[in-house]
Amino acid sequence: MSAANKEIRPPVIELGVMGWLRKNLFSNWYNSLLTIFGLYFLYILIPPLVNWIFLDANFVGSTRDDCTNEGACWIFIQQNIKLIFYGLYPTEELWRINFVYLILFISGVYLLIPNLKHKGWVGAFLLIVFPIICVVMLSGGLGLEAVETRLWGGLFLTLVIAGVGIVLSLPIGVMLALGRRSKLPVVSLLCTIFIEIWRGVPLITVLFMASNMFPLFMPEGVNFDKLIRALIGVMFFSAAYLAEVVRGGLQAMPKGQYEASQAVGLTYWRMMALVILPQSLKMVIPAIIGSFIAIFKDTTLVLVIGLFDFLGIIQFVGTNPDWLGFSHEGYVFAAAVFWVFCYAMSWYSQRLEKKLDTGR
Amino acid sequence: METDKSRIGSFLFNRSVQGVFYQLITLGLVALGIYYIVTNTARNMLERGLASGFHFLGVESQFDIGMTLIEYSPTSTYFDSFIVGLLNTLLVAGIGILFATIIGFTVGIMRLSSNWLIAKIAEAYVEILRNIPLLLQIFFWYFAVLRALPKPKQSLELYDSFFLNNRGLFIPDTVFGEGSSIIFYLLWLTIIISIGIFIWAKRRQNRTGERFPAFYVSTALILGTFFISLAVTGFPVSFEYPELKGFNFKGGVKLIPELVALTFALAMYTASFIAEVVRGGIMAVSKGQTEAAKSVGLKQNLILRLIIIPQALRVIVPPLTNQYLNLTKNSSLAAAIAYPDLVLVFAGTALMQTGQAIEIIGMVMGVYLFLSLFTSLIMNLFNRFMKVDGER
Repeated sequence: MSAANKEIRPPVIELGVMGWLRKNLFSNWYNSLLTIFGLYFLYILIPPLVNWIFLDANFVGSTRDDCTNEGACWIFIQQNIKLIFYGLYPTEELWRINFVYLILFISGVYLLIPNLKHKGWVGAFLLIVFPIICVVMLSGGLGLEAVETRLWGGLFLTLVIAGVGIVLSLPIGVMLALGRRSKLPVVSLLCTIFIEIWRGVPLITVLFMASNMFPLFMPEGVNFDKLIRALIGVMFFSAAYLAEVVRGGLQAMPKGQYEASQAVGLTYWRMMALVILPQSLKMVIPAIIGSFIAIFKDTTLVLVIGLFDFLGIIQFVGTNPDWLGFSHEGYVFAAAVFWVFCYAMSWYSQRLEKKLDTGR
Repeated sequence: METDKSRIGSFLFNRSVQGVFYQLITLGLVALGIYYIVTNTARNMLERGLASGFHFLGVESQFDIGMTLIEYSPTSTYFDSFIVGLLNTLLVAGIGILFATIIGFTVGIMRLSSNWLIAKIAEAYVEILRNIPLLLQIFFWYFAVLRALPKPKQSLELYDSFFLNNRGLFIPDTVFGEGSSIIFYLLWLTIIISIGIFIWAKRRQNRTGERFPAFYVSTALILGTFFISLAVTGFPVSFEYPELKGFNFKGGVKLIPELVALTFALAMYTASFIAEVVRGGIMAVSKGQTEAAKSVGLKQNLILRLIIIPQALRVIVPPLTNQYLNLTKNSSLAAAIAYPDLVLVFAGTALMQTGQAIEIIGMVMGVYLFLSLFTSLIMNLFNRFMKVDGER
């Protein structure tokens, strides 16, 4: 055996941790400089933040006087946790909200676990029965005490607005997208105008419109609840954005799919429901979830028309004379909660995208 | 008999007849809905004693605005307040777009860096900022950062000319003395000449293949003329620095804290989206392009300038414009921290005083609608212009 055939190991410097460091952080002089700069940046940013949030923070106590350490005063959040999560909802009725959460949680977990039977039924239950349960449980009726929506607030209200916005805007968005692609000029024109108007204006003006103009549109005596007005605004606004996303999917469908469905004699609605929409919606799932994330973040805007959503209530709690000066804690907490929700959605969408990528 | 029936049948089931029928129904329903809303509104407005129409625009507004770019006082009209709000919106959008572009391109390129640490820092920036609601970020910068800054006496300062305190950001003002207009005219003239040089150089290169250093020549021309004219006219341009007088700063330009917080939040938030657009655009240029350019012997900077950037820009520009539009629309969140933008001044104060909900909200929505339709028009033209022959 000659020496040339013998396996020559690469130099130590190109292997393992050393090799990785060299390749990814110190490949040449300016990369090394950038690495050092980056490390310094992290050094001035991370330790003070960790100290403030965890190491020097105050976790036990009941009043602001218990906050003796340098860092964050999480007692502020602890003491107001009921307000932050449920708003002014009566304490003895809180089980109703929790019950709804529980149903949602159980069915959600059931749907997420792979290879279980009867998922279709659970899905149908969530879409048809669950909303009715929500309305009855949350606002009252059937022997339950009525709870006015002005008492709703906190994270609960945020979830209600985002949930209703998401669930109702998707079907409307699909209809608008189909309408815009329709061969009937009047339908297509009307849908285009509708979509472009909602997409062209900021949500805040939509909410102003909902709170100031909707009452003028209604006949005498009909008065909408403030929350419902906001919900209608959010719903149409996000439906217009979803319509454009769905339209993207419809446009990406190969023409052959349309022609093949027509060749086997499917009517327009059957063709859409059985062939085109299932495929094109699958294609745009990441973009749809992106829109859902946007709706979730946009719900914070309802505070400008006087609804106390999660952010609104944190703003409000911060003005309590007993707890003045703790806005940092409030914002950091709110940011963390919003971030977890949004990041979870975007993570789920990436997972789904991989799972549904059934090669074509 | 038989044929008659089938004739009616074929008429009823004819595609185009059905189409017309459905469209008539839709049109009828929409018209009915609009009629219903209009009659309700008219009656409601009559009951509340509101006169419809735009006469209120000429009436004295009787309220003051904290920040105005044009002459404005409580004796000005509602129309003036509309213009003030509009200008404030455009101002915050303009500054925001400038900074969002700078930060966004930097972060987007950082994410593609071969340096692992730098790429990860950029990724963390994007993932954190775009998953937190903009309004929360605006509140954070306004209430938690700028409102918590020290009083003017203990301002944070930079080079004795930039001061940051809880009253706002104070920066030096440029004062144009006599003769400075000549410098401006010369500046414009040299810029126009430079554009001419570029066109001529390009034509010459196409004709003869010879290159002309148009960039260096025109830079030298512009800067040279600028400095020489400055020296000749005796430096009529000077800076006025802000100075602490009593409890506040005098002189210089004062940027109110609302403006600073809003611009900062808008720029940082939008930058996280722009970074993704930029990254996607650069990654969309296939590797084969770089390799092909290398194999024909182009130098690294020429590969970037002539091959990568033009192709990446075609992908980047449409979504980038969309982000600019989003930023402009998002600047309406100003209302939440009382920056006097179009929404706060006009859809807020003016609406409250006059009660003309339909006209005012219509005008405000019209402005944003115009901006977005105008942008999509420009984008359509851009796409048509950039379309490569033979592409779908």
